[in-house]
Formats: sequence, structure tokens, C-alpha cells
Amino acid sequence: MSRTFLMLIRRDLLLAHRQGGGSLLAIAFFVLVVSLFPLGVGPAPEMLERIAAGTIWVAALLSVLLSLDRMFQADLEDGSLDQLALLPIPLALVVLAKTIAHWLTTGLPLTLTAPLLGLLMQLSPDAYGALVAGMLLGTPILSLIGAIGAALTVGVRRGGVLLTLIVTPLYIPILIFGVSAVEAAAQGFAISAHMLFLSALLSGTIVIAPIAAAWSLKLALD
Amino acid sequence: MHRFANPTRFLRLAAAVLPFSAAVAALCLGAGLVWGLFFAPPDYQQGDTVRIMFIHVPSAMMAMGVYAGMAISSAIALIWRHAIADLIAKASAPIGATFTFICLLTGSLWGKPMWGTWWVWDARLTSMLIMLFIYLGYMALWQAFDDQTKAARAAAILALVGAINLPVIKFSVEWWNTLHQPASLITMEGPKIHESLLWPLLLMIVGFGAYYLTVLIFRVRAEIHQRRTRMLRMAQADRHNAMQAAD
Repeated sequence: MSRTFLMLIRRDLLLAHRQGGGSLLAIAFFVLVVSLFPLGVGPAPEMLERIAAGTIWVAALLSVLLSLDRMFQADLEDGSLDQLALLPIPLALVVLAKTIAHWLTTGLPLTLTAPLLGLLMQLSPDAYGALVAGMLLGTPILSLIGAIGAALTVGVRRGGVLLTLIVTPLYIPILIFGVSAVEAAAQGFAISAHMLFLSALLSGTIVIAPIAAAWSLKLALD
Repeated sequence: MHRFANPTRFLRLAAAVLPFSAAVAALCLGAGLVWGLFFAPPDYQQGDTVRIMFIHVPSAMMAMGVYAGMAISSAIALIWRHAIADLIAKASAPIGATFTFICLLTGSLWGKPMWGTWWVWDARLTSMLIMLFIYLGYMALWQAFDDQTKAARAAAILALVGAINLPVIKFSVEWWNTLHQPASLITMEGPKIHESLLWPLLLMIVGFGAYYLTVLIFRVRAEIHQRRTRMLRMAQADRHNAMQAAD
């Protein structure tokens, strides 16, 4: 079972690698969106420092949103989704494997890019740890909730817009906890409460999201 | 419950309930509005603007109540493949979204004289706005599928995911910012509203509930009839094709 699971992750990583550019596009979009803000609100360092955490988190959220619609779509189009459903492991585990691969190709690169953007946005030096730790806990939740939306809208006309409409409201708690952790750290407060909340959300979603997404995928396979 | 998975039996029940719910809605809304708008005393601080409460509070309660009902009927529909539960969830969504919108609108009208601004990013306002988005996403998902059974199951999954997420959203947003006054109707020590305002408010709440039930019955009935018409049309087209083939 665990071998199949690891093979699935490897397959998706290989696909992402060979198709090329998947992670790079997400990172490029992330950097671009963040760099629009100094142009929009002016380059004053105090202003940038004030909005740094929010901007970086919102941009990360949008980058993940953009990458979601291909999560199951390609597999549905070439028929491999039917094959994946026939695997001896539960469909929920297949979804989990694909979600982990999705996180490794989007969430993780975004997290690693975030400190650089913090630099550009004059983020307070004390806040880098909170930003990276928050994104390490938060971006997997984005991928997991996104998997539900992607599974619900797979094979649906204009699924991309619908996906955004469905998923964005569900992302709000992660945005709030992620940003408040960075702001607390910048003002010298403890961030353990925020991290615990994010961990709780992650443990909850990691159980519920693959099951809900697997149910939704079965609709597309009928 | 399973008795009423049969549309004909459901229609019979609906026809029996409808006159009562319509009468209760008309009486309570009429009495509550007249009492609330003309006879209830103005608030000592807020003056006459307090009367917005008689629309605002019931619609906020209904916005949440309708979502709860939608989530419960979605669960019933998913677990037992209950056909009418699907229709109830589908028919509830636009009503709930409208209540949410009315709540936001009246809240905004009330906020201007009280807080001096049409909109603040306060916890309760924000979570209501998010709720409206969730209603809209749910309705859009219903529209996206051609196959009604698939649409029903996808929408039911979304409604349940939303139901799990709503408390988290509410809690996180509340932690984030709060200006709105805390609950004053349902508290551990009983209602904190003066009796002169409480009675018309309770009448309005009952009236809103009965109104929801009435509109829900109309919508579910229309949906059942629509599906029957569609099936009859398809049967007719089949017969027509068969006759042409025979010629």
C-alpha cells in the first residue's frame, strides 16, 4: 500500500518535472503579484512593512488557486483517472498522494520563495521565522482544500472560475492565522497560538479533505 | 422520513402545510411590522433606527438557519439518496442567499447612522459576507452540471464541507476583528432586550421562519412539476420518433 502511495507521488512529480515549468510559473506569478504592490501603494518602506505579511500571503493563496484546476483535469482527459480509481488502494489515498505531489510542486517552492519577497517588502527581521513556519503549515491546507474544489469541478464547463468561487471563502481562516502570526512576530509577541491553530486545521483537513475529494471524483468517473 | 421521498406523498403533505405556513407568515409579519414600526418605543440611544432590527435580526438568523437546514438535507440526500432532500437543499439556497443579502443591506443602513460608516470589516459583517459567497458558490455548482443527479451530489458535498468550515471561518474572523455588539437575544441569562422591543422581534422571527417554509414549499413544488413536465416531454418525443420510424 505504501509502495503504491509513494509511486503515485513519484509519478506526479515526474509528470510535473517533464512537462516543465509548473512550479516556476507559480513562483513567477507569486513574485509578480507581490511586486505589483509597491508600484500600487508607493515605495515608502513603512507602508510596505505594514502590508508585507498580507500581500505575501494573499499572493501565495492566489498562486495556489491558479495551479488547482490542472490537479485532476489532465488525468481525467487522458483516462488515467479511471486507472487510478481501479488501484487496490482507496481513492482517498490516491487523492492524498496527488495532493502531496501538488504541495511539493507549488506550496513548498512558494514557501521557499517567501523570505526573498519578505526582503523586497521590507518585512521586519523578527518576522521571517513566523512567515516560513506559517506557510509550511498553511500551504498544505491550501492544497488539501483545493483538492476538494478541483475534484468537484473536474470535467465541468468553465470549471476554473467556479473553482475559485468555491475555494476562496474556505481559504479565509488560513489567511487570517498566517498573517496574524507574522504580525505578532513582527511586534515581538509569541506565535505559538497561531501555529497551533494552523496545525489543528492541517490535522483536520488532512483527514476530511481526501475523503470529500474522493467522493467528488467518483461523480466524474461515473 | 423515507415516506416523503415519494414526490406525490410529499406534494400531499406540502399542500396540507402550505395554508398554515402562509397564514402564520402573513399574520406574524403583518402584526410584527405594524407593532415594531409604529407602536414599539424608540430606543433611548438609537432613536428610531432601532426599528431596522426587526428586519435585520430575523434575516441574520434565517441566513444561518437556512444554511443549517441545507446542510442537514444535503447529508440526508447523500446518505439515503433521498430525492426530496436534494430538492429541498437546492430550493433553500436562493432563499438563504436572499436573507443573507437583506441582512447585509439592512446592517449597512443601520451602520451608517450608528457607526458613521456604511461598511466596516467587522467580524460579524465579514462572516456574513463570506456566507453569501458560499451560498453563491453552492448555487453556481448546481448550475454547472447538466446531469441533475450529479449536480445534486456535488452540491451536497460542497454544502457539507461548507458546514464544517463555517464555524472555523466564524471563529477565525471573530478573533481577527470585532466591533458589532455581541448576541443579546440568545444568551445564558435570557434575552437582554426590553420587552417592548422583544415581542415584535419574536413575532418577526416566527414570521420569517413561516415565510421561508412557504416559499420553500412553492419552490420544491415547482421543481417537482418541472421535472415531471420534462419527463413527459421526453416520453412524447420518444413516441413521436417511434411513430415516424414506423411510417
